[in-house]
Amino acid sequence: MARMRYQQALAKALRDEMTRDEKVFIIGEDVRASLRGVSRGLVADFGRQRVIDTPISEQAFTGFAMGAALAGHRPVVEYQIPSLLFTAFEPIVNQAQKFRLMTGGQATVPVTYIVPGSGARLGLAAQHSDHPYALFAQAGVKTVVPATAADAYGLLIGAIREDDPVVFFAPAAVLGTREEVPDELDAIPLGSGRVHRAGDDVTIVAIGHLVRDALVVAADLAEEGISAEVWDPRSILPFDWEGLRASVEKTGRLVVFDDTNRTCGLAAEVLATAAEEFPLVVAPKRVTRADAPIPFAVELELALLPNREQLVTAVRAVLTKEALR
Amino acid sequence: MRRDLYRTMRTIRRFEEQIVELVNANEIAGVTHEYIGQEAVASGVCAALRRDDVITSTHRGHGHVIAKGAAVRGMMAELLGRTTGLNHARGGSMHIADVSLGIYGANGIVAAGAPIAAGAAWAGVQAGSDRVAVCFFGDGAVNQGVLHETMNMAGIWKLPLLFVCENNGYAVSFAQEEATAGSIVERAAAYGMPAERVDGMDAEVVLEATERAVARARAGEGPSFVECTTYRFVGHHTAERTMGLGYRTDEEIERWRLRDPLLVTGGRMSPDDVAAVDAEVEALLQEALAFARESPRPQAADAMEYVYATGPAPRQGVSA
Repeated sequence: MARMRYQQALAKALRDEMTRDEKVFIIGEDVRASLRGVSRGLVADFGRQRVIDTPISEQAFTGFAMGAALAGHRPVVEYQIPSLLFTAFEPIVNQAQKFRLMTGGQATVPVTYIVPGSGARLGLAAQHSDHPYALFAQAGVKTVVPATAADAYGLLIGAIREDDPVVFFAPAAVLGTREEVPDELDAIPLGSGRVHRAGDDVTIVAIGHLVRDALVVAADLAEEGISAEVWDPRSILPFDWEGLRASVEKTGRLVVFDDTNRTCGLAAEVLATAAEEFPLVVAPKRVTRADAPIPFAVELELALLPNREQLVTAVRAVLTKEALR
Repeated sequence: MRRDLYRTMRTIRRFEEQIVELVNANEIAGVTHEYIGQEAVASGVCAALRRDDVITSTHRGHGHVIAKGAAVRGMMAELLGRTTGLNHARGGSMHIADVSLGIYGANGIVAAGAPIAAGAAWAGVQAGSDRVAVCFFGDGAVNQGVLHETMNMAGIWKLPLLFVCENNGYAVSFAQEEATAGSIVERAAAYGMPAERVDGMDAEVVLEATERAVARARAGEGPSFVECTTYRFVGHHTAERTMGLGYRTDEEIERWRLRDPLLVTGGRMSPDDVAAVDAEVEALLQEALAFARESPRPQAADAMEYVYATGPAPRQGVSA
């Protein structure tokens, strides 16, 4: 076992995959200097043709990656802040994602779009704090939000090897965290969830940086004799519905803990599917980000983000409700 | 070469005329954007290209796709929504493509093909090839930001990329002189690339300009820009005839029709030669239409096919 930061896991995955496959290259703003550390040192080993700094032209370099992918490459595009995805929405959603369908399967578009530093880190204010993973999944783009260093490594490799476009969110709140990882790290295919902590009384679905908070809450509740399962989908699309079904079949109760907006967010989709298809014994709950842009002052920001206390309250609520069946 | 240019133009013209009839007869769903009047541009540009060169196209894409060599029967079948179509009935007019011929698709967003062509041009260089990429776009697209982002990137990286602006005078109904400040070629020149304006109604003139630009690109000298002045003889799309938009006069259309690109090039050929090519094209199109009509329609059960290359199928709109 070795200790590794989330950020280092991303960097190792990118380096390993660039070493393994010469068709992989990274393109984006400041990737040679590597502001986020994901591509640090790569230019010295792989050269400027595979570590490509671009002008501040998000639409163009995103479309460029698609053209290179159609011609046989496997580009990794890095954005410095999550809100740049709004600028690049057209070339990702309307071009790269739809190309395979539009052409009747004539080509694949294997592009990975990495957003390191996604999600609020206190004080970044409205235009640097969005975490729009549900938006991409809603538009049909494969989307992953790994919570741990080992998952970040495995899912970045998995994303790069995918033959479809994949948006990869690396939440700001966990980028610097260290954890024990196995010596042999493996690729993780998209669409497999993970039980971080097993339990029998309630299923907590948590994703990204909220997995850590959910685990703290689950440990606290265990002292009261409440057995909470923490289940992490890891990828939003494809989503491991069978994995979640198995957990809910065991517990019958569900709380979703999600840092996207409440309206049409990931939690909304999970609750809707669970209500239609899973054997819930009481009505489920969700704890989400509020439906508002993030204000600057820290106390205002914290008032809008989902937190542990809210999760505890929601878990108690579904446990004290009388069973419907 | 002149005969080949005329044959390509005649094929596009007659293809489009048939498409208009088929749309009006509801045999083709949706609307299509006809290339009638602009045939010299696609024909002239693509005559300078090789099979391994890449093009990106626009919503008005049939001409580019035919000129780059796509099978007309596959195009006809696509527009009629048949499984034998180039895109297996998943794309239709606005997304028609043949990736195996370097045709990276017609496109519903006017300047969106530019960065895609840039990526393909870069990939050619990486592969050690001298192949080039061409992005076609209209005068409307010169006011979309991504085109300028791409011209800048092509300039700094000296990409083997040719920007072909088909200036037909109107972005749908908005006249170019109202929409565009300054001069189009001067904008391109500001990105440090050779830029010229040529007569887009004369395929031979377009071909010569393209050959100059392609030679520079193959020699590693970077991107070029060619503005082709042209005109569409019909509406922005097939539905426009019933809309009475009135943004241009019949006199203006008639004035441009005197410079019909088929007359310009056909007028330099013998009448017998023109008649022979015309007959050849009619036979080709008749066969294409018969093929399309005989081809099967897709099954509703296959509507989710081709969405993803790997992984689970997309979810249906109803639960079990």
